[in-house]
Amino acid sequence: MPERAAIKAEAARLRGLFEAAGAMPVEASILQPAEVLLDLYGEDIRGRAYVTSDVLRGEQMLRPDFTVPVVQMHMAHGAEPARYTYAGEVFRRQEDDPERASEYIQVGYEIFERDAPAASDAEVFALFHQMLAPLGLRAATGDIGILMAAVDGLQTSDRRKAALRRHIWRPRRFRALIDRFSGRATVPESRAALLAADDPMAGLAPVIGLRSKAEIAARIKVLREDAVTPPISANEVALIDAVLGVRETSGYALERLRDIAVDLPAISGAVDRLAGRLEALAARGVDVEALDFEASYGRTQMEYYDGFVFGFYAASRPELPPVASGGRYDALTRQLGQGREIPAVGGVIRPGLVVALGGAS
Amino acid sequence: MSIKLGVPSKGRLMEKTFGWFGDRGVVLGRSGSDREYAGFVKGIGNVELVLLSAGEVPRELAAGRIHLGVTGTDLIREKLGQWNTSVKELAPLGFGHADLVLAVPAAWVDVNTLDDLDAVAAAFRQAHGFRMRIATKYHRLVRDFLRDHGVADYQLVDSQGATEGTVKFETAEAVADITSTGDTLRANHLKLLEDGLVLKSQATLYQSVAAPLGQENRETMRAMRRLLGID
Repeated sequence: MPERAAIKAEAARLRGLFEAAGAMPVEASILQPAEVLLDLYGEDIRGRAYVTSDVLRGEQMLRPDFTVPVVQMHMAHGAEPARYTYAGEVFRRQEDDPERASEYIQVGYEIFERDAPAASDAEVFALFHQMLAPLGLRAATGDIGILMAAVDGLQTSDRRKAALRRHIWRPRRFRALIDRFSGRATVPESRAALLAADDPMAGLAPVIGLRSKAEIAARIKVLREDAVTPPISANEVALIDAVLGVRETSGYALERLRDIAVDLPAISGAVDRLAGRLEALAARGVDVEALDFEASYGRTQMEYYDGFVFGFYAASRPELPPVASGGRYDALTRQLGQGREIPAVGGVIRPGLVVALGGAS
Repeated sequence: MSIKLGVPSKGRLMEKTFGWFGDRGVVLGRSGSDREYAGFVKGIGNVELVLLSAGEVPRELAAGRIHLGVTGTDLIREKLGQWNTSVKELAPLGFGHADLVLAVPAAWVDVNTLDDLDAVAAAFRQAHGFRMRIATKYHRLVRDFLRDHGVADYQLVDSQGATEGTVKFETAEAVADITSTGDTLRANHLKLLEDGLVLKSQATLYQSVAAPLGQENRETMRAMRRLLGID
């Protein structure tokens, strides 16, 4: 493990580079209210963050990342557009892998900007790409927005689309839903019996707890409606699979997605945005012909990325987590903004890994 | 230094553990008064009985303060990260059977699977403004299980006892608890989810990976394993 002093010096150097790129340095408290993070990420965050509490403030978390406090700060009193940078420890509980650090420094760069998303995406990626160039890392990119557009374009009920959208970031449940909505999964016996019953609420057990009889009745109505909704066609399932299967260098990936868009026009807008981003990246000197693109990349990471996603990996050290990662998180600002929103993209570098790999200066 | 064997200090679990060892020629027992936590071992030399709460056995095994320990599979998996690197499973003892299960009100006729639970969790959050509460004391096991199955929009609330009553008292909407027959669940108007079995647990004999064994202890351990019929 490299010296802490060396890591802190590297963090300061990286943050200096972000400042030179126009970012304003910001700080965030180490203790963050748990409620906000739990509402955003769900119960899973408890497995990844340290939770503590006192009787006055209730549950607090040792900050698992800077994104949430930086978004909150920006939404409370930020001017637009804005660029921020920060450097500091984040804390991640490790329950399964003793080799992974539970405390490490992140240096971040975040852009809040409304008008030119492709240019902002490219700015963040190109900056990281350039700063990390001496390490010879492999870059991975993806775009969650394409899968979301594909889901929105399905010929099925809004309710089914909402269910699929909700599980974009949980591939296993997403697959189970696709199987069910396309009629490939068998209907559980209990569900069939419920649907067949004249009055499923007859002889109901005592209704205990907060979920009311009306809520139960409402769900049965939803299930009945869903049961007569035609299945998602095999053709459409194949198109979703085709989107998820795209894994090429960016030029070929774009071509492949354009082909798919002929049969799935709903993704055309998202594919155009990918094309725009690739142009913006090329304009900034990134060799997009060699840049990998994977449509399902980023689906199992943190749940807030909803557009462009990227990561930088040390090919010679596959056991290491990504040296840097980031993406677009417009939906997160919508959730935290309570009615307001601001498109945002950003990423973090781990100076500890940069030093471990020999340094990037 | 002798081999330390950790055994639950009270109740049926202790008696059945004594029985299991006794059947194999290792006689365990408590000495002194009922209140004193001291014990004896006959039938094999150089083994010391340590009586402690079943909930503490995992920690003591992981720390290497006891060489052998009897406790439930559920407790080992809940309390130890990467449990199979700190303890070795020597023998299931065939008693203390209990399943960690997810249960919801029996009145929820529309909920029978995890798929239903997930859908209802989303609707519940929309209707009530907070995430559906599941009462349990097995936080890690339940959270890992629900994550692996892609269930979202729930929260775990801690319940160290009388968990089946939490729904009626409106401090939870569902529970994840240990049951052997399901009677307590049914009596509290709850039902199991068809695919809601988180873990099948039973009393099990574990060996610590961390506890040091000297030459003498290694021989004792071999003799012990022979007596107990463990390969």
